Amino acid sequence: MSDLIYGLDFVTEDRARSVTTERRPVRIALILIAVAFLTIFLLLPLVSVFSEALRAGLGAYWEAISEPDALAAMRLTLLVAAIAVPANFLFGLAASWAIAKFEFPGKSVLNTLIDLPFSVSPVISGLVYVLLFGLQGYFGAYLQSEGIQIVFAVPGIVLATIFVTFPFVARELVPLMQEQGIGDEEAAISLGASGLKTFLFVTLPNVKWALLYGVILCNARAMGEFGAVSVVSGHIRGKTNTMPLHVEILYNEYNFAAAFAVASLLALLALVTLVVKVALEWRFADQISASGRH
Amino acid sequence: MAGARGLALKRPSALPGFGLALGFTLTYLSLIVLIPLAALILKTASLGFSGFWEIVTAPRTLAALRVSFVISLIAAAINVVFGVIVAWVLIRYRFPGRRVLDAIVDLPFALPTAVAGIALTAIYAPNGWIGSWLAPLGIKVAYTPLGIGVALVFIGLPFVVRTVQPVLEDFEREIEEAAASLGANRRQTVFRVMLPALMPSILTGFALAFARAVGEYGSVIFIAGNIPFVSEIAPLLIVIRLEEFSYAQATAIAAAMLFIAFAVILFVNLVQAWQRRRFGQ
Repeated sequence: MSDLIYGLDFVTEDRARSVTTERRPVRIALILIAVAFLTIFLLLPLVSVFSEALRAGLGAYWEAISEPDALAAMRLTLLVAAIAVPANFLFGLAASWAIAKFEFPGKSVLNTLIDLPFSVSPVISGLVYVLLFGLQGYFGAYLQSEGIQIVFAVPGIVLATIFVTFPFVARELVPLMQEQGIGDEEAAISLGASGLKTFLFVTLPNVKWALLYGVILCNARAMGEFGAVSVVSGHIRGKTNTMPLHVEILYNEYNFAAAFAVASLLALLALVTLVVKVALEWRFADQISASGRH
Repeated sequence: MAGARGLALKRPSALPGFGLALGFTLTYLSLIVLIPLAALILKTASLGFSGFWEIVTAPRTLAALRVSFVISLIAAAINVVFGVIVAWVLIRYRFPGRRVLDAIVDLPFALPTAVAGIALTAIYAPNGWIGSWLAPLGIKVAYTPLGIGVALVFIGLPFVVRTVQPVLEDFEREIEEAAASLGANRRQTVFRVMLPALMPSILTGFALAFARAVGEYGSVIFIAGNIPFVSEIAPLLIVIRLEEFSYAQATAIAAAMLFIAFAVILFVNLVQAWQRRRFGQ
């Protein structure tokens, strides 16, 4: 029976049909399923952020994003990203130089450990710092006697953000630099360039787009992190509230329009990130890591 | 002699900077990741096994762990089905808007979880864009376990798509042609030749989506309703215990979560290794 149907198909549909693709109705059905799924699950939430943000009018929107607490949250978010991203940038450079350019025992273990923060829940990423630096934590008593506050203050927020964004730069650079090998660097050294010069003028230009790619993704996560930061922040308005935490507070106060207004700025950041990411992928596909995972 | 061996940590190389780079890497890794995680293990160990077990098997903890793991499994399974379809469509077919769809797949990576959480809640609330369609049918999504599932599908999707996509792109057409020339129809070629070869990447995507879903907090807490024993996820219970200053409780739940999540990932890796041996590559 099914043979008959397939046989008929062959005659009536298109004789020259490629054997490596599906029949036209199947193709159309699959495309429709994919489009519908992505629209409902991804596009609709994105559109709804802007729609809800503008529901109360442009005046209310402007007020929500220009009131002092919102501005303080924006400043803190920028400050945290301005520390966390360069820190992980430096780490990414050092780690990829060591892992990609040298052979040493324990390399694959090190590579695995770098990815570790990705498999830890954001909440746990915050919790570990509370266990270390909180009042009941291992260093709590000492810190208190010295008058240093880490948890429920800005340093804790920075640490938690560095933890969750830890692998972003390194994981873009390591595979690419491994693929590029050490030929260019050896040539530079043998021609008399110093180590630093080789690094700055040979290695860095080879990986600059991958570096930018990693930094963009790292920054998006650093500015948008919620769970880890929420645990260590203490939620002090105007002081330890980042933008995502400010969104939560407004939302829980049923101030939906203001919550979505601030959220729309974060959504805008996500859109810019996606655009830059796609532009880098189209323009420099061969110069950023070939692996599709981020 | 022994000293020389001890110094030769690495294979000789003409390039400088190994000591500095590795030293910085290990110091930074230890300070940011390893020591804090060691604190978690140390704290868990200080509870003793009976103390740990008592906390983890408390009814509310068990319920939260069950909600987190069961819904994460279901969400990851849904992501496998639709993620593979999306990857297939994006790689194999040409249609208008394909590149935009391809770019939008990464949205859950880029959009802050709290923003996703309130947006999904707005859509699925009884008066929302989708919620108002479902309400007459008696289906409630927001503030129920179903809402948790929706949020976890949202954040997990790119993991499956992005792991399957490159493998499917590199899949050799010759293999499909061989299957077809040996008399397989298209369905047989897809399900008995191609999908088994894609299985390791599909499993990897599943594991990544699952691991992310289990730990997810921001996008879930807004839509979940957070009713203990019904729609309270394990990460939220950790936060609640922390707010009560029950560090021991929070730590034990966190350790249990990490342990189960790593066990699942290890299991998937083993299955994957078995798959590779069986199907080659």
